[in-house]
Parts: sequence; C-alpha cells; structure tokens
Amino acid sequence: MVKVALIGAGKMGISHLAILGAHPDVEVVGVCDTSKLVVGALQKYSPFPCFTDYKKMIKEARPDAVFVAVPTKFHYTFVKELLNENIHVFTEKPFCLSSDEGQELAELAESKNRINQVGYHNKFIGTFKEVKRLIENKSLGEIQHFVGEAYGPVVLKKKQDTWRSDPSEGGGCLMDYASHVIDLINDILAPVTVSQGALLKSLYSTNVDDAVYALLGLENNTTGVLSVNWSDETYRKMSTSITIMGTKGKIVSDANELKVYFKDKDCPEDYSKGWNVKYITDLTEQVDFYLRGEEYSAQIDYFVKAVLGKVPNTINTFRSAWHTDRAISIIKMNAKN
Amino acid sequence: MERILYGDNQFFAVNHISDSKSREQAIRFKNNDAIIRTLDYAIDAGITTFMCTTHDRIAQICDVIRANPEKYKDFKIYPCMPYAHKYANAMTELGIAGTIKQYVPGNLFGTMFKGGKAFISKDYVSIMELLIDAEMKMFKGVQTPVIFLQNVITDLLLGLGMVDLLKGFHDHVVKKYNAEAGFITMNMPKLLDTLEGVGITNPIICASINKADFRMSGGQALYEKTLKERKFRAIAMQVLGGGAIAPKEAIEYVCGLPNIESILFGASSKGNIENTVQNIHFFDGK
Repeated sequence: MVKVALIGAGKMGISHLAILGAHPDVEVVGVCDTSKLVVGALQKYSPFPCFTDYKKMIKEARPDAVFVAVPTKFHYTFVKELLNENIHVFTEKPFCLSSDEGQELAELAESKNRINQVGYHNKFIGTFKEVKRLIENKSLGEIQHFVGEAYGPVVLKKKQDTWRSDPSEGGGCLMDYASHVIDLINDILAPVTVSQGALLKSLYSTNVDDAVYALLGLENNTTGVLSVNWSDETYRKMSTSITIMGTKGKIVSDANELKVYFKDKDCPEDYSKGWNVKYITDLTEQVDFYLRGEEYSAQIDYFVKAVLGKVPNTINTFRSAWHTDRAISIIKMNAKN
Repeated sequence: MERILYGDNQFFAVNHISDSKSREQAIRFKNNDAIIRTLDYAIDAGITTFMCTTHDRIAQICDVIRANPEKYKDFKIYPCMPYAHKYANAMTELGIAGTIKQYVPGNLFGTMFKGGKAFISKDYVSIMELLIDAEMKMFKGVQTPVIFLQNVITDLLLGLGMVDLLKGFHDHVVKKYNAEAGFITMNMPKLLDTLEGVGITNPIICASINKADFRMSGGQALYEKTLKERKFRAIAMQVLGGGAIAPKEAIEYVCGLPNIESILFGASSKGNIENTVQNIHFFDGK
C-alpha cells in the first residue's frame, strides 16, 4: 500500500484523486486545496482527510508520495520541499516556469533517489507508444520532416481572466496545450534545441497566446513544424497529432488512430507495403479503473508501481519534462526577438 | 426499457477510434434535418427510444418532436447528462468554481434563492439538483422515462467515493421527473457494488460491454460473472468495441449474454441501422 496525498484539487487534481481513490494499492491520506468550495465538497462527501495547509498535511498524514496539481508557478517551491522530505513526487505539466528551476529539481530528485514523474499523459496512449517504437526501430529510415499539432476549443471568446490567462503563472496555449506536443516530439524524435519564426498569437486572450506556430530544430538535426491552437472550435475536444516523414515511409498518428505508410516490403512485422491503419482499441491495455481515457489511469498506475519498485522510473521523469520546459523557453525567446 | 436503444454519438462527431471519421460526421450532420431524417430511419426500423446527451443541438431536435406530436407520440428520449466537454472545456479556462457559476442558472448569490443558499451553505446536492434542472429544461413536453448520469461524472463520483451525490442524482430524478435514474459507467462491477451500498437496488447501468474486452474495467470475465450473478438492469453500449469487432460477431456476443435488458447503438446510415436491428432480432431469436 502506498500512502498518497494530493495538493491542488482543480480539474486535473480531482481527476487524479478519483483514480487514486479507486486504486487498489493506494491509500489516499490527504487532500489539500485553498478553494473552500472544493474542500467543502470533499470534506462533506468523500472519505478523504482534507486540509487547507499543505505543510500541515505532510506533517500529519505522512504520505509516501504526493501529487502536485497546482498552477505551474508553485511547482518549484512545493516539489523542492517534498523532495527534501524524501517524498516521491508526481507533478502536473508544464513542469516549471524556468529552465533553471526544472534542472535543479531533476537533479534533486535523482540525488535523493525519489520517484519523479510529470503528467504528460500522451506517452501512455497506445498509438503514440507505437509511433515511438517504430521510430526507435528506424522503421521510417532517415527522418526528413515532422509536423506536431494540437487543436481544441478552450478559449473561443474574450472572457474573464484566471491563472490560465496569466503568463507569469504558467497560462497560455504554449504552456498548457503546446507543451504536450513538444513533449511528444522530444520523446519520439529528439529534444528541441532551436526555434525559428515562432509566432505566439493572442486571438481572444489579452495577456497570453491562444496559438503557437514555429519551425523547430532538434538535437539530432531533424527539422519540422509546430502548429497549436486552442481557439479552434471545429474540434470537440483537444486533438493532438504527429506526422513524421522518413526515407522509408510516413506516420500520421493521433490519440485514436495510427496510419503508417511504407514505401516497400521492407517493413516491421504486422505491417505491409502501402497504408496500414491501427486503432487505439488494438493498441491499448485495459485499466482497472477508467476515467476520461486509459492514459490517465495508466500514468498513475505506472507511478504507483515505480514507488513500489515494480517498474523503472523512466517515463515522464523530471528530466524529460525539463527538456520540454527548455523547449518552451526557446520558442518564447524566439517569438520575442 | 426497450430491447434496442438508438444513440447519438454519430450526430455530434463522437467517434472513439478516428478523428477523421468524427469530422466526416460533423459535416454530414451539420444540419438538424439530417439528424431528424436519420432518427426517422431508426423509428421506421422499429426503434422508439433515443438516448442522447444534453448537447445544445438536442434542444432543437426536441423542438421538432414537440411540433409533431402525432408523428412522435410513441417517441421517448433518455437524456444523458451533462454533455461533459462543455464543462471540461470551461474548467480548463474558468476553473471549478467559475464553471459552476457559469452554468448554475440565475445569479448564484442573488436572485435564485435556492442556488444562493445552497452555494453558501455548501449544500452540494441542491447545487447538483439545480444543474440537473437546467439540463432538463430542453426536454419539457417530451417523454423522458429514464434519465442518465454520464460516465465521466458517474465514474468521477465513484472514484472520489462521493456516493451521496450518486444517490442524490437518483432521488432527484425519481422525485422531480417521475422517471427512473440510470448510470453510464466504464466501471460496471465497482459501480454496482457502490449503488447497492447506498440502497439503490436493481439499478439501471449502461456500460461498455463487447467481445473485444474494450473499456470493460476489471476485465471481461468479471463483467460476464456480474451479469450472470447479480441483479441489475444492464444496457450494453460500445458493443462494436469502437469498430474492432465485425457487426454480426459483436451482436451475437452481446445477445448471448445473460441479463442484458437493452442494447444501445449508433449508426449514421439507413442501411447500418436496419442491419443492426435485424442482427439483434436474429440472435435474440436463436
């Protein structure tokens, strides 16, 4: 049994909490939030001990692991304190506001040998996992170009401001939406090192970007395009996709459907020359408790198993999330100049 | 409940396996005429129950139903609430409190007495009742004998252990709408245990049940055992496993299971609607 606590019961925090609450190897020992509305509801209707002061919660509940789902600007302080208390940490994305902070936390977690994971859930989606496998096996040959995209209907008109519309708190389309795509590119292809012609466009928001477009260069000299817009109402919900072209063929994948084209017969097992289509139904493993998508349960299960020493702590580590933070700051700098 | 229920995913670009198919559907069903025409195909095939989310466009479909009372006199709707993406997208932008403020009708702290009082006294069951009433407005004058809680909310409350709110939904639907409460879930065995635990006996549960073991949390074997040994009114959805199973094989599996009261399916064409209905009748007769 792993004793887990949660700091921050917002949209992602509540979702994590429900999955943790149903996990057979987890005992939820505390939930902390500053919202009276949320804490009040949890106190009245859930079985979890509730707190409004996270330090008090850590002291009294003595968790083995903590989920941090507060605005990004608080990640550094909270996570550092938790690691210094020798607590394993799962934190929401994006990881930190500055690249220095992220690096420090990655080093601290590694030196203290604490399980560290960030909530880039796309890496637990079957289609994207298969894309990674195909690229790692060099099935596409030399990579010539990639396009990473995400679109969705988050900000569709001018509205009141929240922390998500405050750039100093980690809001905006680049931080919130594009980070997922950048993280996938980093993981599947190679870390982003260069950005050119970056455009951060405010379509409805006053303080933050609603769309991000950039040409990206990767550590291995691969180049491609990033195109992300969270003000696109032609999408019912967030849709993330990646297209990769190589000398041997092409991959087009989103969270539901993987399409792979091979130019000739020399291709991996289960694939053939021409178009191959695989669906998430073929590529996803059953989870014990389902909420919103298998990937949300799978990432938590992976973290819990890592704490129990059953899997290595290699997916979505602080270090990999730091690479994503670094790419975000590279794109920001490029857009500014 | 009738044996065959017609669903609405195809009308609102909900497709579990393909974003491009979902766009094709959005184009195909751009106009309400296309939805009504397809509903009429389902009615012609002998289906009189339409199970649908509380999507904004359903309000317009309800207008058509109310305007043609003779034609739709036997027609029933099973509302499923809420249309979750409406709230999820709002929560990304406005946070939890902001979303509740946006969707609870009236001015929360002012004119709406019940709302204001509920908000201040943290009477969340009352807040939920207000949200249910807001979602139910569009169905006024339409028969809604069963009202469902959508799986995202059911499963969220299930995971959080907020069983009183599941019970609160049930009781409000029974009392105010003289209807039966249904629960959609991706975690059927766990939900059944929980509902029985708060005294809801023989509940209506709509769950993903298919030959492919797709979204059957806890596994197919446990689902089959639960269907065989427990008392509840099951509706099988996602019987095609998101498209992973051939239609005939898929229907044969579900029709062969014990205790499935209804089968929910969605299809966009006259041919597919008729085929599915024929398949169900065929395997039911075996």
